[in-house]
Amino acid sequence: MSSYYEDSARGRLAGLLDPGSFREILPPAERVVSPHLRQLDTPAAFDDGIVVGEGRLEDRRVLVAAQEGGFMGGAVGEVHGAKLTGLLERALDTHPDGVLLLVESGGVRLHEANAGLIAVSEVMRAVLAVRASGIPVIVLDGGTFGCFGGMGIVSRLCDAVVMSEEGRLGLSGPEVIETTMGVEEFDSRDRALVWRTVGGKHRYLLGEAATLVEDDVTAFRAAALALIDHKPDLSLAALAAEHAALGSRLERFGDCRDALDIWERLGVEEPERLPILDTADFLATVRDRRA
Amino acid sequence: METLTYEYRGGRPVASPPPSFLVGVVGSGNLEVLVEPAPLGGLCRVEIQTAAVGFGATWQAVLDDVFARHPLADVRISINDVGATPAVVGLRLDQALDAFAGGAQP
Repeated sequence: MSSYYEDSARGRLAGLLDPGSFREILPPAERVVSPHLRQLDTPAAFDDGIVVGEGRLEDRRVLVAAQEGGFMGGAVGEVHGAKLTGLLERALDTHPDGVLLLVESGGVRLHEANAGLIAVSEVMRAVLAVRASGIPVIVLDGGTFGCFGGMGIVSRLCDAVVMSEEGRLGLSGPEVIETTMGVEEFDSRDRALVWRTVGGKHRYLLGEAATLVEDDVTAFRAAALALIDHKPDLSLAALAAEHAALGSRLERFGDCRDALDIWERLGVEEPERLPILDTADFLATVRDRRA
Repeated sequence: METLTYEYRGGRPVASPPPSFLVGVVGSGNLEVLVEPAPLGGLCRVEIQTAAVGFGATWQAVLDDVFARHPLADVRISINDVGATPAVVGLRLDQALDAFAGGAQP
């Protein structure tokens, strides 16, 4: 068992893909670094915090990107975003069996301001183009820094999200909410509150994560393999049904003040018990209880 | 930010080096080390970009020790540092150079 949460972006890729199958595009030795960070007198990373390339997953041909949260919280700068967009556009040319995004990001890299914002919007458009061409885009979210901001939106534009309990997914991150709305609204240092609001278990219960796995690289690999043949229904009728479901979700849970209220309304007995259950017990407990 | 360069002579080239090898992450108290073979006429060159300004003598002392443990030639070592302590720098360089000399794949 190898912790996905603790590993680096490169370590995760090494454990996820078939051994020796990974070929990196724009590796560190190419030194395609951020031009903005140098102007700000800030150290750059040789890969700008993202590893992109192609490899094999049980012999299926996949394109992969892995964000490194340890470098500026995995934030998306101009080069970082361009590598991600380029990888997705490559999928349109090479038609792999799937694209895997190992997300770990606080969102746009504020140092790069508009360049980062534009980069994220380009990534979004590229994700939708890849999906429209029938190639699944699967998100794996279980890193130390979670997935927020622009990359939170990108993740929900994809075909499926695989999370571990440790993973977090949201738009505004906990610190941003606290800074904007006040500590009474959201205490970002309350780890139990953070995880039950944006953590993997809650995302799975709400249906935003398709699969919840143990914090284990091989479990993420198995989940990605299970999803890669899944062809999503992108018809207008299916999209209208999705919108209706989201609308009814808001009606059903809109007055809830805490995730615990939602879990109770989902019919989970002793909802306060959910955070302490291990993944297998949790999945057994909430079977048929997801929103 | 400060850019530092150090050069060492008298090392031995690695027999079959990998095209490059990277360890570490550019995060607070950490650093990344990229090791590559390079035709430097027998030199081992270390190029450092560091957020912590004014520690040239400390880098020199740490690198002297590292070169004593790993006397390599025709090697380019590139470092991006965000204030790693000397102990962390030494460990990262040991990790990178052990793997590089062992022919590790990137």
